[in-house]
Amino acid sequence: MPVLWLVLIVLVMAVAGYMLGRARALKSAGGDSRDLHSLPSYYGANVTIMTLVPAVGILIVWLLVQPILIDRTISSTVPAEAISDSMTRGLFMSDVRRIADGLDLAVTEGAMGRDEADNIRAEFTDIRDRLGNLGVALGSDVGPEVLRAAQRYRTMSSAGNLLMTLAVLAAAGVGFTISYMATGKNFRARNVVEKVIRYLLIFAATIAILTTIGILLSLVFNTIEFFRLYPAEDFFLGLTWSPSFGGGSELGILPLLWGTLYISIIALLVAVPIGLFAAIFLSEYASSTVRSFAKPMIEVLAGIPTIVYGLFALLTVGPLLMRVFGDDGIGIMQAGTAVMTAGLVMGIMLIPFVSSLSDDIINAVPQSMRDGSLGLGATRSETVKQVVLPAALPGIVGAILLAASRAIGETMIVVLGAGAAARLSMNPFDAMTTVTAKIVSQLTGDADFASPEALVAFALGMTLFVITLGLNVFALYIVRKYREQYE
Amino acid sequence: MYDTPKVENDVATTDIKISAHGCQVYYGDTHAIKDVDIDIEDTTVTAFIGPSGCGKSTFLRCLNRMNDTIDVCRVEGDIKIDGEDIYDPKVDPVQLRAKVGMVFQKPNPFPKSIYDNIAYGPRIHGLAKSKSDLDDIVESALRRAAIWDEVKDRLLAPGTGLSGGQQQRLCIARAVATEPEVLLMDEPCSALDPIATAQVEELIDELRGQYSVVIVTHSMQQAARVSQKTAFFHLGNLVEYGDTGQIFTNPQDQRTESYITGRIG
Ligand SMILES: Nc1ncnc2c1ncn2[C@@H]1O[C@H](COP(=O)(O)OP(=O)(O)OP(=O)(O)O)[C@@H](O)[C@H]1O
Ligand SMILES: [Mg+2]
Repeated sequence: MPVLWLVLIVLVMAVAGYMLGRARALKSAGGDSRDLHSLPSYYGANVTIMTLVPAVGILIVWLLVQPILIDRTISSTVPAEAISDSMTRGLFMSDVRRIADGLDLAVTEGAMGRDEADNIRAEFTDIRDRLGNLGVALGSDVGPEVLRAAQRYRTMSSAGNLLMTLAVLAAAGVGFTISYMATGKNFRARNVVEKVIRYLLIFAATIAILTTIGILLSLVFNTIEFFRLYPAEDFFLGLTWSPSFGGGSELGILPLLWGTLYISIIALLVAVPIGLFAAIFLSEYASSTVRSFAKPMIEVLAGIPTIVYGLFALLTVGPLLMRVFGDDGIGIMQAGTAVMTAGLVMGIMLIPFVSSLSDDIINAVPQSMRDGSLGLGATRSETVKQVVLPAALPGIVGAILLAASRAIGETMIVVLGAGAAARLSMNPFDAMTTVTAKIVSQLTGDADFASPEALVAFALGMTLFVITLGLNVFALYIVRKYREQYE
Repeated sequence: MYDTPKVENDVATTDIKISAHGCQVYYGDTHAIKDVDIDIEDTTVTAFIGPSGCGKSTFLRCLNRMNDTIDVCRVEGDIKIDGEDIYDPKVDPVQLRAKVGMVFQKPNPFPKSIYDNIAYGPRIHGLAKSKSDLDDIVESALRRAAIWDEVKDRLLAPGTGLSGGQQQRLCIARAVATEPEVLLMDEPCSALDPIATAQVEELIDELRGQYSVVIVTHSMQQAARVSQKTAFFHLGNLVEYGDTGQIFTNPQDQRTESYITGRIG
């Protein structure tokens, strides 16, 4: 039975369970819901949950585990000689799966009988040809070993699917029956539902955390792999970045880190004052009409894709700076792509970020604080400077650090605005590049994923991660320190 | 329609501090203050009493233009302090508020240290010439608000960490520290125990020597104890205004009498 049908049946049972459970609870109280321990809908929800959760849980786990188990079993029965030299066991198994799927398709399309699919022999039939007619393209001719494995794969799968169907339906049925029988006016359905909701929330939080850990682990393992091939001190202390896939690369992170920091600092120097002042204007000075019009206008900036900012840097800001600082002007800028170009544009990109967050935070400062200050004869700007901003400071610091994380992680603007040269220079009108831009260039193209030139991307990513994490921890520390002082 | 009984306020007397005429306040479409006329005397404590929601706070906030900060609020009529129309475009509300201090209904200490809370006004208005000067101002303000003994060892602790009643006195001290000519106090004793209340009342009595004090209170006894003049508000109208003794012993209006004897409100 297809999984879709199974899910539908369970869902129908769940819905029916809701109504039946509700009705049974009401009946047990003689139709008067005040005699029930919980609201009638809780009894219905209880039956629904007990029907749905175990059944769906079994279904999901089964669907995940069954292919792995079958794969293992079959792979272990295939003797090593059966796998030709040009192949690994993994490739062999993926052929097996492909053929098994092809046979399934052939059966459902009616091109093969069920028995024929189970007993067909590679020795007598050209499987590749027959499956090819159905649109299943195979890379090579099908040998008898592969075909037999595929057939075994099919048998086991269909047996597994049957078992799964039975197990899921049984779970749904048992859950339904138990919870339905338990339903009565003294049953504490509300507590059960409450508990299930709590587990649901915990489950969601766990998934979020586990994914993070997963991402982190993949970074860590690849980074370790990289450091096995390339000495860590050369990576962290090297002053040159010149990867060459032919070998003999120098992979020093310092020029990249310097570029990242330089560009981010320029970006923050642009974004923080402008964003913060805009936020103060919007929340403290602007009339509600101006505000209702200006706030969305600023937030439109946040909706522009960064690649568009990149184009803006490349086509507008770069040439503009060239006219002033280039050879025709002061003469300290060689080309339109430079740290300054990328920094300015990135700053513009971050303005709505800073202003929007700060605006919300400033608005959260209670009006009574402002009243207190104004009532003592302070002007608006004195009130902002001495009462509102200090009260909003932890949030504002958070907003700024968030903007800093964005700046450090930004890629497109750098690629288009800052050039690609990894360079250690103080001149903001030189072309430089950042960690993120280099991660992209190391992984695009057909690099061998086992070479240090490609694996360095993970080490770079890990370094970025640690820096951003450090920033966040630092932000928390500042916020907490401030809190201690004032609350 | 107002039935203010005539009080002896002939124009020649100079000790009228605040005079409001035909004062109307609207919050959007709500008419919160209806045609109020009142003359508040200098060196006098005036009590505003009336049921909750009758507009006492609203009218009080008109007197130092705190209503300006509320978008939907509109004030009409004229309100003069020392003969000068405070809603005149020439008047700087900031200067006005330095002269007309206010203690708010809800205590609102700044998230700063106790010391900085009190020093806030004096610093802004440059009242202290030196650090020790400022220390003196802070100490005397805290003493006058009857909270010095409780906080003298923790002046650098945050003001928001005080109890509700302590915060209320902190706010009184903060208002007193700027040396206003008029002090508007909105239920300054609502969270205070009898002893602290007595001390604050003492302070009010002392302030009366130089300033004009307007106090909103829900306690008839307090109004009777501290004020010389009492104004009774009801549903946005100033129903009756006169000498405190007279209001409490011989009210002219039926509504005043019912309120004082506890039948409305
Ligand atoms: N910011 C506001 N926006 C809209 N309406 C308001 C606002 N502030 C007060 N009002 C309304 O104005 C009327 C008078 O309110 P006000 O705060 O002056 O009452 P009050 O006499 O001080 O009451 P209480 O003794 O409870 O403090 C009330 O009906 C109130 O709902
Ligand atoms: Mg009030």
